[in-house]
Amino acid sequence: MSLLQVNNLSIAFGGLRAVDDFNLEIEKGELYGLIGPNGAGKTTVFNLLTGVYKPNEGIIRLDGEDITRKNTIEINHAGIARTFQNIRLFHQMSVIDNVKVGLTERFKYSGLEGVLHIGRYHSMEKAMDEEAMKLLKVFDLDMERDTLASNLPYGKQRKLEIARAMATSPKLLLLDEPAAGMNPNETAELMDTIALVRKEFDMTILLIEHDMKLVSGICEKLTVLNFGRVLKQGETKAVLSDLEVIAAYLGG
Amino acid sequence: MSFLIYLINGLSLGSIYAIIALGYTMVYGIAKMLNFAHGDFIMVGCYVIFTICSTLSGNTLVGILAAIVLCTLLGITTEKVAYKPLRGAASPLAVLITAIGVSYFLENLALLIFGADIKSFSSVVSWSGLSFAGGELKIQGVTIVTILSSIVILIVLQLFIHKTKEGQAMLAVAEDKGAAMLMGINVNKTITLTFAIGSALAAVAGALLCSAYPSLSPYLGAMPGIKAFVAAVFGGIGSIPGAMIGGLVLGIVEILSRTYISSQLADAIVFGILIVVLLVKPTGLLGKVIQEKV
Ligand SMILES: Nc1ncnc2c1ncn2[C@@H]1O[C@H](COP(=O)(O)OP(=O)(O)O)[C@@H](O)[C@H]1O
Ligand SMILES: [Mg+2]
Repeated sequence: MSLLQVNNLSIAFGGLRAVDDFNLEIEKGELYGLIGPNGAGKTTVFNLLTGVYKPNEGIIRLDGEDITRKNTIEINHAGIARTFQNIRLFHQMSVIDNVKVGLTERFKYSGLEGVLHIGRYHSMEKAMDEEAMKLLKVFDLDMERDTLASNLPYGKQRKLEIARAMATSPKLLLLDEPAAGMNPNETAELMDTIALVRKEFDMTILLIEHDMKLVSGICEKLTVLNFGRVLKQGETKAVLSDLEVIAAYLGG
Repeated sequence: MSFLIYLINGLSLGSIYAIIALGYTMVYGIAKMLNFAHGDFIMVGCYVIFTICSTLSGNTLVGILAAIVLCTLLGITTEKVAYKPLRGAASPLAVLITAIGVSYFLENLALLIFGADIKSFSSVVSWSGLSFAGGELKIQGVTIVTILSSIVILIVLQLFIHKTKEGQAMLAVAEDKGAAMLMGINVNKTITLTFAIGSALAAVAGALLCSAYPSLSPYLGAMPGIKAFVAAVFGGIGSIPGAMIGGLVLGIVEILSRTYISSQLADAIVFGILIVVLLVKPTGLLGKVIQEKV
C-alpha cells in the first residue's frame, strides 16, 4: 500500500482550474519531486493535501486512511507536516520554542500543572527540551537555540522550518520550494540536510521545486505539473528525457 | 506628600485597568477579536461576590473564588455560543456587533435580577493599611492589595506564557494561526483557554474595583471596560507588557488630572492622550506592525 494516494483531485478558483484531475502515489521512504513552472498549481496541491483548501473532487488517502475531509489540525495529527514557500516561522519566538510548538501535542500536561509548575510539568518540559535539542542538532541549529527566529540568517530559517515540521513526527513531509532565495552554497547544504532527514528519520518526502536541475539530483520520482494538470509522471530519468523530447519538439 | 498619595491612588486604579486590559489584549492577540462584553464580566463578578457575601452571608474568599469560577465559565460559554460560530464570518464586524449584544444582554440580565438601584459593596480587603511619616502618608489596605495583585498577576501570566506549552501555543496562534494549525496546535482549545484566563482576571478586577469604589450597578463594568480597552490600545493591543503599562499610565493620568486639573475633564484628557499616542505611533507604545501573510 502506498503511503500517499491521491485520486482525481481537482479544485477551481472561480473559473480557474488551479488543480485538475491530479493523481499521485508515493511509497514509504521515497523522495518525490513535484515540479512545474510558476503558477502551475504546486502550492495549491500542498494546500489541498494539508486541508487548507477543500477539493471540489477527489480523494486523498494517507496510509490507507481517507483524510480528504479532515481539517488541517487532524491532518497534521494523521501524519502530514509541511513547510511554506514564504517562510512562516513564529518569528517572535526563539529557535527552540519554534520546535517545541511542533512538539506540543505529543507531550501532555495540564494547564494547571503548567501554571503551578507541579506534577508532570518539569519532566515533560525536560523531555520536550531534549527532544527539541535532538532535532536542532540534526539541523545544525543547536548553537542558536535561544536566538529569535527572525534573527536567523535566511538559510537557517528554512532549516528551522523543516525542524519544526519534523517535531510533529510526520509520516510524510511536504517541502514547498525549500531552496527558494538561497545561494548555491546554501542550496547544496540544504540538499544534504534533506538527504540526512530522509536517512535519519526514514522519512517520506514530497518536494516542490521549480528548478528541475535541483530535483533531478536527489528525487527518484517526479511529477511535472503544468496549468494544474499532470504533464509527466514517473522515474526521474524517464521523465526528464521525455521532457527534453517535448521541449525539443515544441522549441524546434 | 499629597502628590505621593495621589500617585499611589493612580497606581492602584491603573492596576485595575491593567488587569482588565490584560484580558482585552490577550483575547485580541489570540482570537483577533475585541470582546466588548469584557467589562460586563467584571460586573458579573462583582454581583457574584455581593450575593455570596451579603445575601448568603458567605465568606469573602469563597465569594471571590466563586466569582472567578463563574466568570471563567461565563467567558468560555460566551466564546463557544456567541463568538466561535462567527469566527469564519466574512466580516470581522459580525463578531464585534455580537460582543456588543452580549454586553447589553448581561447588563439587562443584571438589571432584571438585581434591579437598577445601586447596592453598596463591602470591601473584600478588611486590612486598614499602612501609615508612614508619622501618619502623614496613609495608604489604604485595598490600595496596597490592588497594586500587589496586579504585580503577582503579571508575573504569573508571563511565567505561564513563556514557560509552559499552552502559553507557547498562545504565542504561536497569536502570530500565525494558520501555521499553528498546520503544526497540529489545537487552536480552539487555545482560544478557549485565553477566554478563560481573561474572564478570570475580570473577576479579580471586579473584586478590587468594587472594593475601591463600593457601589454596585448593572453598568459598573462599562466605563472601566472602555478605559481598559483604551489602555490596551495605548500600550499596543496584543502586547501583555503593553497592557500593563497602558493601564498604569491611564490610572495615574486619570487621578492626577482629576485632582489637579478638573474632575469633569479627567476622562477627556485620558481619551485625548490616546488620540495623540495613536497619531504619533499607530500601533501603540509596544505594539508591532502586523504583517499580512499570504
Ligand atoms: N486562494 C486562491 N484564490 C484564487 N486563486 C488561487 C488561490 N490559490 C492559488 N490560486 C491560483 O492558482 C494557481 C496556482 O497557484 P500555485 O499553486 O501557487 O502555483 P505554484 O505553487 O505552482 O507556483 C495560480 O494561478 C494562483 O493564482
Ligand atoms: Mg508555489
